[in-house]
Amino acid sequence: MNPRFRQRFLRNRAGLFGLGVVLLILGMALLAPWLAPKDPSQQFFDGLTLEGKPLPPGGQFLLGTDTLGRDLLSRLIWGARASMLVGLVANGAAVLIGMLVGASAGYFGGWIGGLLMRFTDVMMAFPALLLAIALAAILKPSLWIVALVIALVNWVQVARVIYAQTLTLAQKEYVEAARALGAGNRRILLRHLLPHLFPTLVVYGSLGLSTTVLLEAALSFLGVGVQPPTPSWGGIINESQSYFTDAPWLVAFPGLAILVTSLAFNLLGDALREALDPTLR
Amino acid sequence: MTLFVLRRLIGGLPTLVLVTLLVFALTRVLPGDPALLLLGEEATPELVAKLRDELGLNRPLYVQYASWAASLLHGDFGRSLRDHAPVGPILWQKLPTTLELSFFALLIALLLGIPAGVVAALRRGSAADAGVTVVALSGISVPNFFLGILLVYLFSIRLGWIPPSGYVEPWVDLRKNLLLMLLPAFTLGTALAGAIARFTRNSMLEVLSQDYVRTARAKGLAGPVVVYKHALRNAAIPVVTVIGLQLGGLLGGAVITEQVFSIPGFGRLVVDSVFNRDFPVLQAVVLFSALAVFLVNVLVDLLYAAIDPRIRYG
Repeated sequence: MNPRFRQRFLRNRAGLFGLGVVLLILGMALLAPWLAPKDPSQQFFDGLTLEGKPLPPGGQFLLGTDTLGRDLLSRLIWGARASMLVGLVANGAAVLIGMLVGASAGYFGGWIGGLLMRFTDVMMAFPALLLAIALAAILKPSLWIVALVIALVNWVQVARVIYAQTLTLAQKEYVEAARALGAGNRRILLRHLLPHLFPTLVVYGSLGLSTTVLLEAALSFLGVGVQPPTPSWGGIINESQSYFTDAPWLVAFPGLAILVTSLAFNLLGDALREALDPTLR
Repeated sequence: MTLFVLRRLIGGLPTLVLVTLLVFALTRVLPGDPALLLLGEEATPELVAKLRDELGLNRPLYVQYASWAASLLHGDFGRSLRDHAPVGPILWQKLPTTLELSFFALLIALLLGIPAGVVAALRRGSAADAGVTVVALSGISVPNFFLGILLVYLFSIRLGWIPPSGYVEPWVDLRKNLLLMLLPAFTLGTALAGAIARFTRNSMLEVLSQDYVRTARAKGLAGPVVVYKHALRNAAIPVVTVIGLQLGGLLGGAVITEQVFSIPGFGRLVVDSVFNRDFPVLQAVVLFSALAVFLVNVLVDLLYAAIDPRIRYG
């Protein structure tokens, strides 16, 4: 890693805060089975009041219970797992597709490039959420399908940025020199172009995760995302939306979880971008 | 000008054809036999075969696409699977509501985002700049259904100022319509406001460091004249681009906002059609939205010329 880059990144307090929160949430997702105080899908007999209402935060159930008497804290911790799993898989796939499409269009140009970028333009015209809803409705939603759907609508931006970068990179003299030395397309793309595209990919890997987490939450909130009984943050809000006057914690905690996660990835992505290109600040 | 619009629209034709192809593929190529879905639990092999024949599903795919595209050109969006009502009129009925919501959301986003971005750029590095940056980023990061529910909790349930949900047509009761639109429009506009504020700030910072701004200041022009006449106008181009790009997001956000506030618009139609497995409706809404985004981006191109007279289309 470029030491100047590291130095600039370490000076950015907001970015470090973002990184810390991201690591915390990732840890929560990884260690969910050990961290969660209770079984997230068990309906506790003493998890509801005598009138059958959810319990407020405090006591045995630290963040209260949901409408079925399940422990909210445990559901939130397991929800981090769904959120991160979908986020990492979906965004990883989106960045990969975007990179492949953008780099091949920019490097090969010609009719292949034209066709690929035209297709990218078409995808730009579709509102991502609408398309994701339609896809999720047609395919039966499962954790993997949700990730796939999000990847399918989210690669477009990466493709555009990578395309523009590859276009300029491909004209550079060192690429010409490599070709003159007999390097094939594969070698030029992997050894000479990819390292230069890598920083952009890292930035979008982080910023895109924020979008992905929000999209997963929105789909689950609408009921076409992660399906119960798998706990997800958007799903918890969906289940308890109509009770929120009686049990505001059921909306507040998962909502805050989504907000903090998305914000952390945004802060991290911004800091990475600024560290890579200090003229931005 | 007219020539440019025409050329731009014709240039967009291949894109539009691809859009229709994609929407068509969305419901035909992916798993799930429409006839089977249509019949539901009563499906017997004979009935399915008969219906497939009636729906023309046995014809080659390109014939199916051609006949679907031809009926689109006639303004025929097909019939709802649920009650066999034509989809076109349903769309036209819901459209104004979503347009109104999106318009107010955009208005709020502009009114909040642009001044915030300008202030942040002018006082770069100040507490105000930091504040704008944090608030804008939070606006982008907050899930809008969460924000919507919070607003309802605060303004409707706690304070009792605004009814929590519902919709009244503006021609029935304009005052009530506007009052009911306030929270949804704010909910929908927040993310866009955040994005606009960030882009305005960066764009302004870049413009403010240009020589002509220094010249204008050196000439002794008043601060506000320099900021608004020289800087903001030049900074507006990237901001307008962002607005054009974010419009698809606005339509997507409308789906969620309408769900939270029970507004009977496009978004509700989408969610209902998903749960009823009403694919013709879903198909039409997706197609319509893509069309809208395309047209708005043509409009954005025209706006460039209005903002910056150096850009001419001929």
